[in-house]
Amino acid sequence: MTLDCPLPHPASDRVLLAHGEGGRLMRRLIRDVLLAALDNAHLRPLGDAALLPPFDGPVVTTTDCYVVSPLFFPGGDIGSLAVHGTVNDLAVSGAEPLYLTLGLIVEEGLPLETLRALVRSLGAAAEACGVPVVAGDTKVVPRGAADGLFVCTTGLGQLRPGVDLGCHRIRPGDRVLVSGTLGDHGLAVLSAREGLGLGDELRSDSAPLTGLVASLFDAGLDVRFLRDPTRGGVAAVLHEVAEATGLSIAIDEAALPLSEAGRGACEILGLDPLFVANEGKVVVFVSPAGADAALACLRRHPLGRDAARIGTVGEGPAGVLVRGPLGVPRVLDEPAGAPLPRIC
Amino acid sequence: MKHVDEYRDPHLARALLDRIHRSVTRPWTVMEVCGGQTHTLLRAGIDQLLPAGLRLVHGPGCPVCVTPLELIDRALAIAARPGVTFCSFGDMLRVPGSATDLLHVRAAGGDVRTVYSPLDAVALAREYPDREVVFFAVGFETTAPATALAVRQAAALGLGNFSLLAAHVLVPPAMAAILASPGNRVQAFLAAGHVCAVTGYEDYVALAERHRVPIVVTGFEPVDLLEGIALAVAQLEAGRHAVENQYARAVRRDGNRAAQDVVAEVYEVCDRPWRGLGILPRSGLRLRPTYAAFDAEKRFAVEAILTAESAECRAGEVLLGLLRPDECAAFGTACTPEHPLGAPMVSSEGACAAYWRYRRGGR
Amino acid sequence: MCLAVPGRVVEWGEAAGGLASAVVEFGGVRRSVCMACVPDADLGDYVIVHAGVAIARLDAAEAERVLADLRAALNDPAEAGP
Repeated sequence: MTLDCPLPHPASDRVLLAHGEGGRLMRRLIRDVLLAALDNAHLRPLGDAALLPPFDGPVVTTTDCYVVSPLFFPGGDIGSLAVHGTVNDLAVSGAEPLYLTLGLIVEEGLPLETLRALVRSLGAAAEACGVPVVAGDTKVVPRGAADGLFVCTTGLGQLRPGVDLGCHRIRPGDRVLVSGTLGDHGLAVLSAREGLGLGDELRSDSAPLTGLVASLFDAGLDVRFLRDPTRGGVAAVLHEVAEATGLSIAIDEAALPLSEAGRGACEILGLDPLFVANEGKVVVFVSPAGADAALACLRRHPLGRDAARIGTVGEGPAGVLVRGPLGVPRVLDEPAGAPLPRIC
Repeated sequence: MKHVDEYRDPHLARALLDRIHRSVTRPWTVMEVCGGQTHTLLRAGIDQLLPAGLRLVHGPGCPVCVTPLELIDRALAIAARPGVTFCSFGDMLRVPGSATDLLHVRAAGGDVRTVYSPLDAVALAREYPDREVVFFAVGFETTAPATALAVRQAAALGLGNFSLLAAHVLVPPAMAAILASPGNRVQAFLAAGHVCAVTGYEDYVALAERHRVPIVVTGFEPVDLLEGIALAVAQLEAGRHAVENQYARAVRRDGNRAAQDVVAEVYEVCDRPWRGLGILPRSGLRLRPTYAAFDAEKRFAVEAILTAESAECRAGEVLLGLLRPDECAAFGTACTPEHPLGAPMVSSEGACAAYWRYRRGGR
Repeated sequence: MCLAVPGRVVEWGEAAGGLASAVVEFGGVRRSVCMACVPDADLGDYVIVHAGVAIARLDAAEAERVLADLRAALNDPAEAGP
């Protein structure tokens, strides 16, 4: 026997704990808010699991969590960010992204209109990428236990035939490219969250990289390794590679592409763009012979217009060096905690 | 960016380096006072390009490093209080007090916010009248006008929920202390350009005369620093000891009177202990009695603070230029940015942190 | 210490609590800056900004002159070594 109060809940414009309890309110939420924005043949049955057709080759999967604050920022929101971030992890692993699953943890009290807007944005991003959300789950936690909305995803993709990416392929002499301006996302979010008053010129670069990455493979270039430089920025990727390969990487500071707004923001906040997060960029390690063609290929794509060659892989020992304006190399530290604005 | 990029021109920099190399005939020791200058010198690798006999020593110009431990502990106690919104420059968030730091206070539930400007803290006080907004006013003479303006603005707006913890320190007493310390080897100074933009450089004339040291007011970009060094070396080689202004585009001899006036209206000079250096007379700023209502030290009674500095930390010697960070036994072992023993290892431009970031491991 | 950056005064702002303010452009970003300490600065001038406050007006003419002198001196054949 269940004790279910037969009285209907009063209409609410906020998410309540009851929305996560599996009853009428939750069904209504799923139907009106989630399915309305994410509808596709796999999701519609709203089963406990989704039935997918067989894959043609090795399956690539990734999982990600998104906790960005604020939920809306210039250039994106947590919804579109979640789609782009997951799709990008698949893309830089050499996979064609095919499906997403979605877990939402909603804070009690979040305005329903906010949830609707974010899920709509997520749905639109998924549709634009051609990657449906095939399964999902929703929970509501008490006020204070989440920062508005947390989003967790799993991405499923299929490895492109003939692709062999990894640190094991990197050799001394390989070139390091980056597909565009550094730090746009991190600066936009930092400015919005901390109220730094830097205006709307700082915009997140959140975008799906599937097409950009595919163009590199379609051109038959010998790409060794790809990574999207999210938290910790390009610095984190370089350190990861140096450690995994035991090789040194030398970066030319003058070659780092920066947007005008990004440049100004880094100057007044005293931030190093190498440490600031990106959500629509890729770091490319490519053979010396393929470097020029890879750069040209990136630049032909709308998301790669500002692509640049930023460095070269050297011999061991492992380390990352940055050559400054006077040509003197300095050791690049590992990112330690989020970059903070400074006055000193 | 205009008025920035020109001073990063590698050709100008190289030409200045050549001039320095040609003019040096003897070993010299030059101190750059300001942490921001240290940052540029090490980042651009200028210290590695100078002639072997020309030694650069890094001064105590990192207000984060020298903010007295007792004030930091007081700030941490205030920040931990419910009802307080504690605002600070980002620089201070990781600086260790006796037992904790602002980031840990935040993790434990304190409302700690980073702000770019003290005026943003005043705006927060306006927006949240039920919160006690406290601003941690660290910094040299460069920053004092901004914090003074914040107090003036709060007064004009009649804000009863804004206060500040005054922790400003003044540069000339530190330079005098360095010159007076036994074992001092500094023969010339590159004075802090932005401090002088506010204060002017009249104060330095007597110092240069008394101790017979050239003092060159210098900017912060590579070309500025190299020009400053070139001017200092030229004076040293010629046996002169005058005050020169390399940073003339921003600094006038009498400084910025409007800025000085607002500081003088809100603050008065006091004795202040410098972390690692002990008490320097007339080297700090405290709020005037007329502004006592905005003094966080008076507003928040904090129980007796027992400070405990690490016994191993030799920050004082580093700040006076008597010890190079990598000459300290704890450097890189007991003391790293992850677990710093003292402030110069964690501040973005403390000498120890700069050495760690730019010199450790790589040559 | 004292990270301060030159920016161009592009628009006057609203005074708050008696303090003059302007929008200053740094490369590609704009920010509201307190102008109380630079009463003689005008639109189009460059100011040095620290912690949201203009602490000096940049003397652009002086800057050009000094740079030009520096470049000339460094290109001077008399500068070049043997």
